[in-house]
Amino acid sequence: MKNPIENLNKIFDSRIRMGVMSILIVNEEVSFNDLKKMLDVTDGNLASHMVNLEENGYVKVHKGFIGRKTNTTYSITRAGEKAFKDHIEALENMIKGMK
Amino acid sequence: MSVAAFSRFLQKYFTDQTTKAWKCQKSLLTLFYKVLFMDSQHPPLETLQDIKRMMERSSRFISLSGWSGISAGICALLGAWAAHHRIYNYIQSRRGGSYYRHEVPSLNDNAMLLLHDLWMIAAITFATAFISAFLFTWVRSRRNGTPMWDRTVQRLAWNTILPMVIGGLVILRAMQWGYFEFVAPGCLIFYGLALVNASKYTLGEIRYLGYGQLVLGIINLWVPVDGLYFWAAGFGILHIVYGAVMWWKYERKS
Repeated sequence: MKNPIENLNKIFDSRIRMGVMSILIVNEEVSFNDLKKMLDVTDGNLASHMVNLEENGYVKVHKGFIGRKTNTTYSITRAGEKAFKDHIEALENMIKGMK
Repeated sequence: MSVAAFSRFLQKYFTDQTTKAWKCQKSLLTLFYKVLFMDSQHPPLETLQDIKRMMERSSRFISLSGWSGISAGICALLGAWAAHHRIYNYIQSRRGGSYYRHEVPSLNDNAMLLLHDLWMIAAITFATAFISAFLFTWVRSRRNGTPMWDRTVQRLAWNTILPMVIGGLVILRAMQWGYFEFVAPGCLIFYGLALVNASKYTLGEIRYLGYGQLVLGIINLWVPVDGLYFWAAGFGILHIVYGAVMWWKYERKS
């Protein structure tokens, strides 16, 4: 028998990484601070999740400045978009399988 | 060791033991709970709903209240009624004269007064409609716990205000050239375009309100005589209908 959760992407198990991908897939570019506010998480927590997503090639980082303050923004990559859509599809298939 | 000291020792020993046992049981229970729910912590349906909610919340301003539409519509109807009354008075005083273009070159005091009053009515109508609409939406966004000034609101505001300001300038210029027939259809058309544009950044149904305004505005271009009626239908009645439908759809339960 096929494992029902084999198509789920392990990386999106974390609620925070899933939230980040949900936001980035509908927004061209989102800053670190906006992500932090929307997901209601701490700096360190979000940063570690972002590093994880970046290392997997799912998000791109842009470092810029507003005046002297650093302004880090993120956008989704092609690979990230595909991986996330596959993940959603796998979830949908699980629901269909349950019915 | 005296009897009293011994009994104190016994008491302490037993209370310590019971708290320890209780603590141990509690941590066991937590562990058991964690193991049991590890896999079913995020059932797929809830995860999908979460994803959808995050997408919407991060890209659209979803706290626009139906009451805002209703209140703005009522303000518009009152404003249209006041303007109609004022224009009727003016026409009466000129015994059936018209307030349209051919009079502008010789603006007499009466016509200047009319123009001044209409400006005041328009300004008051706009201000009350805007403030009341803002208040209801503010209350709703407070209740939803969404911020009132974040990226979604900024994008919504910019994309609504831009077509409206441009439209306002065009109408202003048309009035200076004396094309007063253009005011009502101009308002409807540019407002309709602003709403269709805004629908990408807030609840999508506002698009249909925009279509309604556009249809009224276009018809009004060919039937210019009673611009005020078209204006009242678009800004008054359509707003109220839209607000009521939105309230019914999204806010009735809460």
